[in-house]
Amino acid sequence: MAESHGGAKGPAAGAHTEADGGHHGGGFPPFESSTFASQLVSLAIFFVLLYVIVSKLALPKVGGAIEARQNKIEGDLTEAQKLKDQSEAALKAYESELAAARTRAQAIGNESRDKANAQADAERKALEEQLAAKLAGAEKTIASTRATAMSNVRGIAADAAGQIVQQLTGVVPDAASVNAAVDASLKG
Amino acid sequence: MKIDPIHQFNIEPLFTIGHIGNHTIAFTNSSLYMLVAVAIISLLMLASGTQLVPGRLQSVAEISYEFVASTIRSTAGSEGMKFFPLIFSLFMFICVSNLVGIIPYTFTVSSHLIVTVGLALLVFFTVLIYGVAKNGLKFFSIFVPHGVPGYILPLVMFIEILSFFLRPVSHSIRLFANMLAGHIALKVFAGFVAMLGFSLGAVGWVGGVLPLALTIALYALEILVAFLQAYVFAILTCIYLNDAIHPGH
Repeated sequence: MAESHGGAKGPAAGAHTEADGGHHGGGFPPFESSTFASQLVSLAIFFVLLYVIVSKLALPKVGGAIEARQNKIEGDLTEAQKLKDQSEAALKAYESELAAARTRAQAIGNESRDKANAQADAERKALEEQLAAKLAGAEKTIASTRATAMSNVRGIAADAAGQIVQQLTGVVPDAASVNAAVDASLKG
Repeated sequence: MKIDPIHQFNIEPLFTIGHIGNHTIAFTNSSLYMLVAVAIISLLMLASGTQLVPGRLQSVAEISYEFVASTIRSTAGSEGMKFFPLIFSLFMFICVSNLVGIIPYTFTVSSHLIVTVGLALLVFFTVLIYGVAKNGLKFFSIFVPHGVPGYILPLVMFIEILSFFLRPVSHSIRLFANMLAGHIALKVFAGFVAMLGFSLGAVGWVGGVLPLALTIALYALEILVAFLQAYVFAILTCIYLNDAIHPGH
């Protein structure tokens, strides 16, 4: 290197370079054919050495590490996918269970409401029938009472009419004609 | 003070390994930085644990892995993964040695044409040999594009064949030239700062702010280029390999 000889020595550097040039035949170093054999031999030795190291040791090792990582990542991904599927299935099962329970609860609710309604209806109907029967009985009683009362009224009216006629005329009227007169007046 | 932007590319032999013919094979500073790159890559890839949740170092290792893998898949298809170790080695070797080379006083391996030519030829012959071995003669159908009128087919084929054989040239020179030019420019601008300061004194040091700012900006650019050239080299390798894997396309 020029720097290694340059600076400090100053003018001597030129001489040194010239001496060096002389040693190599004065040419441009890359075109110095006298060095070709040495360089080719070292290149062959070291490149073959490198090739052997690379192909037998380095690439299998690094490639193996990369492949191992790839496999690990793929394994982990499949594992994660499996777990995800599992959790999704569990969620689905939970949801369907929940839906089933909800419909069941609704059915039970409907059923009990219908039953209660039916029972209430039946009770109301029975009560109404009972009340209707009582009402009919009462109406019948009222009607018979009124009929009795009306017939009594007719007898009393006929007696009273006979008495009135007897007091006014002194003649005891014929019962049949009194009854007919009373009936006519009642229909009146 | 003299700026010598070329000195940083000197090859310094550290010790001699042996001889091939009449060539002396030396362990050079270039060899040392290749070793450094291999050591850094090995350390990064091997010492970085295999935790499920990665730490920083492991993240870097895994990002490099995924980056190269996705580059191959997108350009050469999943069949291209056969060449994953090769492309990963190329990308990491170039990227790490480029990034190490940016550190001042270090040497940049890929600033030497012979190194990039070596890597480019490795890719070229891999493509050629694999392509012929896998597809037989059908491989050469990459030279015969579909839907070209018969009368210009010979010309197109000539261009295709030429470009195929020029691939290693462009492949290697692109990387080499980028690293070389970047390092020379950095050294020149950084040298201006010192040169102004030492020659003009106080005024020079104040004036040196401008080239210093340029050096910093260029340095940031070079970090990007170091990575980008490694990526370009790797992706071109993928594209060339795609021809060998699917010659019909």
